[in-house]
Amino acid sequence: MSIEAMPPEDAVRGDVPVLEVEELSVTFARRGEQPTRAVDGVSFSVAAGETVGLVGESGCGKSVTSLAVMGLLPRRGVQVGGSVRLGGTELIGAPDRTLRRLRGSEMAMVFQDPLSSLNPTVSIGTQVTEVLVEHRDMGKKEAVAEAAALLDRVGIPDPTRRLKEYPHQLSGGMRQRALIAMALACSPRLLIADEPTTALDVTIQAQILELLRELVVDSGTALVMITHDLGVVAGLCDRVHVMYAGKIIETADRHDLFARPRQPYTGGLLASVPRLDAGRGVPLTPIRGSARDAIPWAEGCAFAPRCDNAQDDCLTEVAGSTVPLEYDGPGRELRCRHPLTYPAAPAGATASGAGR
Amino acid sequence: MGDVRRQRIDELAARAGRVPEGEGGVSLVRSAFRRLRRNPVAILGAVIVVVFLVVAAFAPWLAPRDPLAQTLLSEVRPGAIPGPQEGFPLGADQLGRDLLSRLVYGSRQSLLIGVVSTVLGAVVGMAVGVLAGAFGGWVDTVVMRFVDILLSIPSLLMAISISVLLGQNQYALMIAIAVTQVPVFARLLRGSMLAQRGSDYVLAARALGVRHGRIVFGHVLPNSLSPVIVQATLSLATAIIEAAALSFLGLGDPDIARPEWGAMLATAQAFLSVRPALAVWPALCIIVVALGFTLLGESLREALDPKFRR
Repeated sequence: MSIEAMPPEDAVRGDVPVLEVEELSVTFARRGEQPTRAVDGVSFSVAAGETVGLVGESGCGKSVTSLAVMGLLPRRGVQVGGSVRLGGTELIGAPDRTLRRLRGSEMAMVFQDPLSSLNPTVSIGTQVTEVLVEHRDMGKKEAVAEAAALLDRVGIPDPTRRLKEYPHQLSGGMRQRALIAMALACSPRLLIADEPTTALDVTIQAQILELLRELVVDSGTALVMITHDLGVVAGLCDRVHVMYAGKIIETADRHDLFARPRQPYTGGLLASVPRLDAGRGVPLTPIRGSARDAIPWAEGCAFAPRCDNAQDDCLTEVAGSTVPLEYDGPGRELRCRHPLTYPAAPAGATASGAGR
Repeated sequence: MGDVRRQRIDELAARAGRVPEGEGGVSLVRSAFRRLRRNPVAILGAVIVVVFLVVAAFAPWLAPRDPLAQTLLSEVRPGAIPGPQEGFPLGADQLGRDLLSRLVYGSRQSLLIGVVSTVLGAVVGMAVGVLAGAFGGWVDTVVMRFVDILLSIPSLLMAISISVLLGQNQYALMIAIAVTQVPVFARLLRGSMLAQRGSDYVLAARALGVRHGRIVFGHVLPNSLSPVIVQATLSLATAIIEAAALSFLGLGDPDIARPEWGAMLATAQAFLSVRPALAVWPALCIIVVALGFTLLGESLREALDPKFRR
């Protein structure tokens, strides 16, 4: 690629993000029960070739966000508000047929558990070719050849034989590779990976992440990485959104986030990760309480009950309204009235560099 | 004690990691079949079923005599029906016909009614179940309430009403029994489809934009079939018993040219004090066939159940 060709392409990339999520909210309402707002005004965007992480502990709304983007939430008892645009096309409220056509071809998803995400009674080959036949109008033979090429691309040895096998005959890593192959079969513009490595052991995790990164870099796919594993974030994500109780509470690029977490929750997450350079017997510092201790955002900051920095104005009665998500330096946003502060010091004094 | 345990652990260790002989690269159905072959109960059931099927298929060659010829009629007197004798291993019935030949021919009727009515019931029931399981929502509600109503009527009572309604012939009998099977299959398939619909691979297939119809027939249905297959085997036993019960009640095939176990049992009633064997033999046939299908069905259930897989 010549140097002259670069700027326009970059400009196109910069102009229209692949995915724009604005004020997305998801409310689960069952008759006779208090409605639950699982996702509450989440906004973010992903550009082509970019990897964005959604981080948070269980129950913070990460997976629901991804299902809402894909339009996979059940219709009954679920209200989805806000806007989700894929390459400019509005997805919220789009007819089922349109969504189905987009899913698999323009946007795809890789799920957490590679064994249960594959149909145990159908051979791998059938499951991969199914997508090709559906979206790329391929004939059976053509699809089989393409499927073998796809499996080869995701690093599955002897793909022709593997196509005839059933999920239980593949190892966990290979199953996840097969699922990634299926997701990437039609070169989608957006790939959502919902904790793709949680069910795998550490060495396989690293391979799968490496594979995902290669594929994203090669094809310019926008990748949304949903995870609670900060190691994954550190290894893969360009930008990170930290979620808590259905809202984004901090946005930063990877380096800033690890160097200077501002939200006390993010700080707490980072502090609770075991460190190789810490001495033996040094206890981890967990975050107090559990996610169930969150208070509704309408009553202030949901994290306040667990926060060490919390003060009276973290509660609405004192401060007046929900804590807003505000600009916090270049490329950063923060939802906090009493963030962690750092002395204006050289890079050596960052959280991750402190021990060295 | 310790030795036994150590030996057991060694055995387990030796087995671990080794793919059971020939089990690499096979589908669920084939590995289920393999497990079935190792199960003595399954073999017993299969042998019984096969024996009766062979007897039914080759009845004209296997029966020693014509089942309708009243060869020993001259020896039948009030209070005495000829017992086993030369050429008549099980004796004769109250009209001097060879009992063994009648039993052999009777297997044709019983098995035919059992198989046809089960197949009919299974096909219709599965269609209803797929309808409910695939669409959900109000279709599901309407269809399943109807099925519930059918289920709440005792099956024998329903079969009797239907065969009375349709008149007395063997097809009416088959349809009557099939109707009693429909709700069972419908409910079973719908239930197992619902369980599959919430599974991860269905969500994953939807996330890949696979068509609804393809998800239902290509993914959900194949995974929901194993309880239906098991039920079909077990239903064969019930159908045979029900067919016998209906003919016993006089609602069976009126054509006396076709001997049938249930009808034989019914006529034997009157001669129970004279020659109980007339009732015992057909009853035994019904019991053994039903047992064969039940054993086969139960071991099929084990073989297809993933919890029993190694």
